[in-house]
Amino acid sequence: MTTADIAAPRQDPYHIGHGHGHGSLARGHGEGGPAPKRIIVGYGFWIFLLSDIVMFSAFFAAFAVLQGETAGGPSGKDLFDLRITAIETGCLLISSFMCGMASLAAEARRALWFHAAMAATFVFGAAFIYLEVREFWVLVEQGAGPTRSAFLSAFFTLVGCHGLHVTAGLLWLLTMMAQIFAKGFRPDILRRYLCFSLFWHALDIIWVALFTVVYLMGAGA
Amino acid sequence: MLGKLSWDAIPWHEPIPMVTSGVIVLVVLGVLAWIVIGGHLPYLWREWITSVDHKRIGVMYILLALAMLVRGFADAIMMRSQQAVAFGNDGYLPPEHYNQIFSAHGTIMIFFGAMPFVIGLMNFVIPLQLGVRDVAFPTLNSVGFWLTATGALLVNISLVVGEFARTGWLPYPPLSEATYQPGVGVDYYLWAIQISGVGTLLTGVNLVTTILKMRAPGMSYLRMPMFCWTSLASNLLIIAAFPVLTATLAMLTLDRYLGFHFFTNEAGGNMMMFMNLIWAWGHPEVYILVLPAFGVFSEVISTFSSKPLFGYRSMVVATMFICIVSFTVWLHHFFTMGAGPAVNAVFGISTSIIAVGTGVKIYNWLFTMYGGRVRFTTPMLWSLGFMITFVIGGMTGVMLAIPPADFVLHNSMFLVAHFHNVIIGGVLFAAFAGLTYWFPKAFGFTLDEWWGKAAFWFGFIGFYVTFMPLYIAGLLGMTRRLQRYDYEPWHVWMLIAAFGTAILFAGVACQVIQLVVSIRRREQLRDVTGDPWDGRSLEWATASPPPVFNFAVLPNVSADEPYWAIKQHAREQNRLRPEPEYEEIEMPRNSPTGFVCAFFATLMGFALIWHIWWLVALGFVGAYATFVVFAWRDVPEYIIPASEVARLDRENRSARKEALATYTGPM
Amino acid sequence: MTHGHGEDHFRDLDSAPGDEREEFELAAGVRGYLLGLFLATLLTAISFALPWTNIIWKPGIPVALVVFAIAQMGVHLVFFLHITTSPDNTNNILALAFGVLIVFLIIGGSIWIMNNLNRNMLPGGEQTQMQMGH
Repeated sequence: MTTADIAAPRQDPYHIGHGHGHGSLARGHGEGGPAPKRIIVGYGFWIFLLSDIVMFSAFFAAFAVLQGETAGGPSGKDLFDLRITAIETGCLLISSFMCGMASLAAEARRALWFHAAMAATFVFGAAFIYLEVREFWVLVEQGAGPTRSAFLSAFFTLVGCHGLHVTAGLLWLLTMMAQIFAKGFRPDILRRYLCFSLFWHALDIIWVALFTVVYLMGAGA
Repeated sequence: MLGKLSWDAIPWHEPIPMVTSGVIVLVVLGVLAWIVIGGHLPYLWREWITSVDHKRIGVMYILLALAMLVRGFADAIMMRSQQAVAFGNDGYLPPEHYNQIFSAHGTIMIFFGAMPFVIGLMNFVIPLQLGVRDVAFPTLNSVGFWLTATGALLVNISLVVGEFARTGWLPYPPLSEATYQPGVGVDYYLWAIQISGVGTLLTGVNLVTTILKMRAPGMSYLRMPMFCWTSLASNLLIIAAFPVLTATLAMLTLDRYLGFHFFTNEAGGNMMMFMNLIWAWGHPEVYILVLPAFGVFSEVISTFSSKPLFGYRSMVVATMFICIVSFTVWLHHFFTMGAGPAVNAVFGISTSIIAVGTGVKIYNWLFTMYGGRVRFTTPMLWSLGFMITFVIGGMTGVMLAIPPADFVLHNSMFLVAHFHNVIIGGVLFAAFAGLTYWFPKAFGFTLDEWWGKAAFWFGFIGFYVTFMPLYIAGLLGMTRRLQRYDYEPWHVWMLIAAFGTAILFAGVACQVIQLVVSIRRREQLRDVTGDPWDGRSLEWATASPPPVFNFAVLPNVSADEPYWAIKQHAREQNRLRPEPEYEEIEMPRNSPTGFVCAFFATLMGFALIWHIWWLVALGFVGAYATFVVFAWRDVPEYIIPASEVARLDRENRSARKEALATYTGPM
Repeated sequence: MTHGHGEDHFRDLDSAPGDEREEFELAAGVRGYLLGLFLATLLTAISFALPWTNIIWKPGIPVALVVFAIAQMGVHLVFFLHITTSPDNTNNILALAFGVLIVFLIIGGSIWIMNNLNRNMLPGGEQTQMQMGH
């Protein structure tokens, strides 16, 4: 049966779905048919991000539970240098802001501005990674590596998982720049860029939780 | 160069794995030779391996699931026969082998039998029921399937190269830590599950987006068929639960590979955290499997009772209730591990409460049948068998949900009987019901009813004969996973259970015969109209098998049971709707991305298991390059001309017109 | 996927996460991001400064830190991710709420369960002795 239009049927005895199916033409709420591609892609990626955040929540839970298990080794109070954390935070925040600028440039179809903003996003993101790697390096050097205690295992995994995400994001960022450079602001590439910017901003949100719970509360406790 | 891999990894001196794997390798080689020599490879590559069509991917998921169910059943036969003979002696399976078998059985049945079956049904059915042309992300769908296949492949490779975990289907530390399991068994488990877990997560994202953002015009939330609702809940749970599994297994992996201390005995590690996190995934997982099963039964019972589903809205509420509450019960898997009475009581109560949602559903199905013209077809028989069996399983579940009772029953055969009762009686019965119900939609002919009913009766009776004795053995104090025992009263129950397994084997044989007989008789069993069961939802509104684009024109839904309304209207008017104006259709092009990516993932997984680091790097670079190549393509879609759409649709219309002319049933 | 179905027949009341609804205007866009940057910087600065000041009662500092963190996440969501309360964002918000609920259940549940286990399993603890006594 191929139908374009179906007449109202007889009422069903159980009043299934009464009061629905009239009124609003909002797509994705069922009335107007499948949503436009940009919404589908953006929403799909949004859902993926939520799953990613749930994954982080498992690492956060492990950190919260194992935080006190230093096995006679150093605790957060002994190890964390909050100045570095503050600089890292600044880098990531500016990077996130620059990514927003790139979104605006993409929307305005200004290639030069777009690439400049993306380059800035990359530089600040890479600086963040550099600082994090250096911090890890110093910790391992002074014998406070992840194998030292359960607390340090949880710390390295939680912070390192975020770092891995940022690194993957940097790789994606470069691929994105190359694509825009080679193919211009095509709708499918812009949809991909939308996903990238969601990813980048979400990583910054996770960092807010990280520096608060791991560093600030860890150094204070 | 090859890490830990050497010739010693292959168990040359153990006859059982060698003979089994020899036979499997021969069969696989034979099939491959037949494909290549027969010249089927191009067809297979073009139409199946690189296909991004949700129907094809759904079918492939189910084929994978069927193969793995047989594999898991082989393990089950070995366990049941071992326990039947191992009274007072060592039986025929040495402990290290027996431990691998029960671990592989659980892992395969849950991750590569039940999950792909359920996901395959959802993949095939959801877009058809929603009245759209494909899922939200067709290529991602293919990637998800092939990653799942990668996981299954890795688990099966462990049969020949190396060993599998001896830890049970969930690798509890500290047993699963490198200190106590230095071999590659647990690593096989970890990487197989991680890789297939990524595939499952992608599917979850894909199907949630499809259901929430891509429905035919007019298909509001409360007009979606029940199967779509339960699938939505199930996929939301996948999104929320699978990341926890990924994180937990990643922690265990770090413990094993890099000497971290998440779950170790030393340096402050806490193995209880593993139980906590793994069950925070594990309990929702149960509902990930069983909710779509509830959806299948809802569709089947409504169709074969020739009535709308009773209490549709209460069913929706119950489904979403289960979806949320399933995240608040996980501690009941470790009541006995030392939590205080307050915590145990809270989780005991929430566990009992979640049964209410299922109870609502059972009553709704009963009332749907009440007063209907019930047709006792094979899918309907599976559904009825389910209702009886699941109620028993649910009640033993509520028993286990009471902490004091759990202190007696936990880790016993009673528990084993309980979860087989709900998983076989719930998920597997639904899988077979769904298979028989939607088979004609996928292939254009129905399955043979006689053999289908035979398979049901053997399966149904075999289930009871196998698992009721296990309840009794559990009450007699028999713990699970025993390779041998010396207590006489258990023996008779193990013998009965083994006999039950033989009956189940007859059921499996009937399923295979059913398939063969049906394929040979396909001309008599042909479904000409696309609506063999007098169905009510949109998948029956198109041809069987549906054209690649599913619907020539997207249906415009204006009724609560979309296809039933169309059909009733046609019957009253005694004519079909006027022919629509056909337009050309854009469909996504096929892509080898999924297959190639899974190829590299297999390399990477295998290399990680055996510590072959250069191959890990190669696999990773290959997988990344595959995605970049995919992202670089310029023409993602192809066009089906309006004339072709019209030709296919007119064929189906004329078949339906004929059926309408001869229709004599009630209006 | 495209369906050959017109995609722009009517103005849809739905939007992708991250997309702004208003007509595109560069200056307004930059202003939004700048405001977000300003607020986020402010909240971060307060968080980092708190432990060194005496404005807040010491034991209350962790709570204050959490409050500021949640506020900053809100700022990011609104100014960078453009999540709003308008009807076109309903689906995005619902998904977010579901995710947040799960996060709280997992973190809260784990902490509660594990603390209880640790306390209850302490050797010589009151409850252990009670249970041993049976």
